[in-house]
Amino acid sequence: MALERLFRRRRAQGEARDIPELWVKCPKCDAQIYKKDLETNLHVCPKCGHHLRLSADKRIEMLADAGTFEQITGLKPADPLGFVDTEPYPKRLERYQKEAGRPDAIVGGRCTIGGVESVLLVMDYAFAGGSMGSVVGEEITRGIELAAQENRAVVIVSVSGGARMQEAALSLMQMAKTTLALDRLWAQKLPYVSILTDPTTGGVTASFAAIADVILAEPGALIGFAGPRVIKQTIRQDLPEGFQRSEFLLKHGMVDQVVDRRQLKETVAMVLKLLHPRTVNHAG
Amino acid sequence: MPLEFEKPIEELEAKIAELEGFAASSGVDLSGELHVLRERLAQLKSETFDNLSRWERVQLARAPGRPTTLDVIGGLMTDFVELSGDRTFGEDAAVVGGLARLEGTSVVVVGHQKGRDTKENIKRNFAMPHPEGYRKAMRLMDLADRFGRPFIAFIDTPGAYPGISAEERGQAWVIAQSIQRMARLRVPAIAIILGEGGSGGALAIGVGNRVLILENAWYSVISPESCAAILWRDAKEAAKAAEALKLSAPDLLSLGIVDRIIPEPGGGAHRNPAATLANIKQALLASLAELRSLGPGELFEDRYRRFRGLGRYQT
Repeated sequence: MALERLFRRRRAQGEARDIPELWVKCPKCDAQIYKKDLETNLHVCPKCGHHLRLSADKRIEMLADAGTFEQITGLKPADPLGFVDTEPYPKRLERYQKEAGRPDAIVGGRCTIGGVESVLLVMDYAFAGGSMGSVVGEEITRGIELAAQENRAVVIVSVSGGARMQEAALSLMQMAKTTLALDRLWAQKLPYVSILTDPTTGGVTASFAAIADVILAEPGALIGFAGPRVIKQTIRQDLPEGFQRSEFLLKHGMVDQVVDRRQLKETVAMVLKLLHPRTVNHAG
Repeated sequence: MPLEFEKPIEELEAKIAELEGFAASSGVDLSGELHVLRERLAQLKSETFDNLSRWERVQLARAPGRPTTLDVIGGLMTDFVELSGDRTFGEDAAVVGGLARLEGTSVVVVGHQKGRDTKENIKRNFAMPHPEGYRKAMRLMDLADRFGRPFIAFIDTPGAYPGISAEERGQAWVIAQSIQRMARLRVPAIAIILGEGGSGGALAIGVGNRVLILENAWYSVISPESCAAILWRDAKEAAKAAEALKLSAPDLLSLGIVDRIIPEPGGGAHRNPAATLANIKQALLASLAELRSLGPGELFEDRYRRFRGLGRYQT
């Protein structure tokens, strides 16, 4: 009797302590997944294959060859418009910087991917929903220019709610700047692979993310120009099942492949090796 | 229908007209009273229009009667031959374009087209293009390059159309492609923001060597209403959003986003379209003249440099 009570109490305590720390619930199939298992599985649900969001650091770990990543980003945002809504933009920036642990919504660097010399640029959803302002635009542009100078391939992982409102027209101009930079890369026949992840919308989709040599999307990612809420308000109708998801875009001819995250590195490396001029004459 | 802040002016103008009519028909001398009223009118106008808020400018940019792309083409150019269709899917009436002659020079023109009444607005989808509109624009850019003709783009859109059909046919993809295509032009390219410069849908035809803007037009990454709906959770806060977004012509000039402001006649472009067209023509010709000495490669590099420098950050 006493033993049974002790058992019960311990189990109750155990649940309270263990679940939030060691277990994660899959948002798609509700399965309880052991957190370590989720991490070794690159945040893909082992039960249903749902792709959970992956941090920018984990993305780099996953795509760059081990030990080769050398960071080149680090610019800090300014407040060129003195933007104030319900709070001043610098206040928001401070909070985002604390949350994401970096100055803005991007991290990138030199690395090799499957042995191919590359510049890898990864957007960070943890910082203001991956929104693109001057810093994101400038880092993408510099990364592309560096790749053109050093004969490197470019791989960009996009995740973004769109352009950053607090930098208004300057954010808009980043769409033109990044798109123009790609010309420097193309002039030297260096490959660019764009990886679209959940979610990629607005000004990022409508600029550098959409005009790569090869566009890959992760399964089930929301990808589009206008967000679903805006579209719903405009047309006043419910949106069809699967609308603006990766598979929908594949069907409509907008992306080359929908690739499971666990095969992503291999696929990217294969494309780079097939296209990069320096690897043309190598076997395998 | 007058705009809210135009009402006191219109009322005073009506009163003056009424008094003038009475004076003429009755022979009573009202010149003293009329003089006072006319002075008050002039004062009221300058009080209103010398200190326009950004939100008031947005309203002027949308005012009925403001010159549209076709009005500008018709007013500035001759021999306009409209070209239609994207050769892939369909014709999009939200974007118009074709061949024309400007002061003897043959040019290629394109622009967003608003309707001049409700019926035309429905036909033109309120100047919100589908992907076909941008593909048409790109086809015209190809034409300008092939025949070495200056390319002139008129911007006046609330934004690219946010709908199911547009997404299905790759709205984001064509906007990116159009930005890239325009950047690659080997001929002089001028973009003029006539009214509304709504985000990516505007920028898609906005990659000019020179970007000009009418005094009361706006250009931003998002409309004030949408911005207010997101940041203030209330679209009615659009006036505050317009201020915060710094979307007016003087703001954009100081940020280097536009190169030249085209003045509007007193009371806004819709009050005197003819004078507006004359100002546009003068600015357009001056901008083209600035580019005359540049060769094809230099024009491309000039555009690259122009957009490369835009952005503010700390190292």
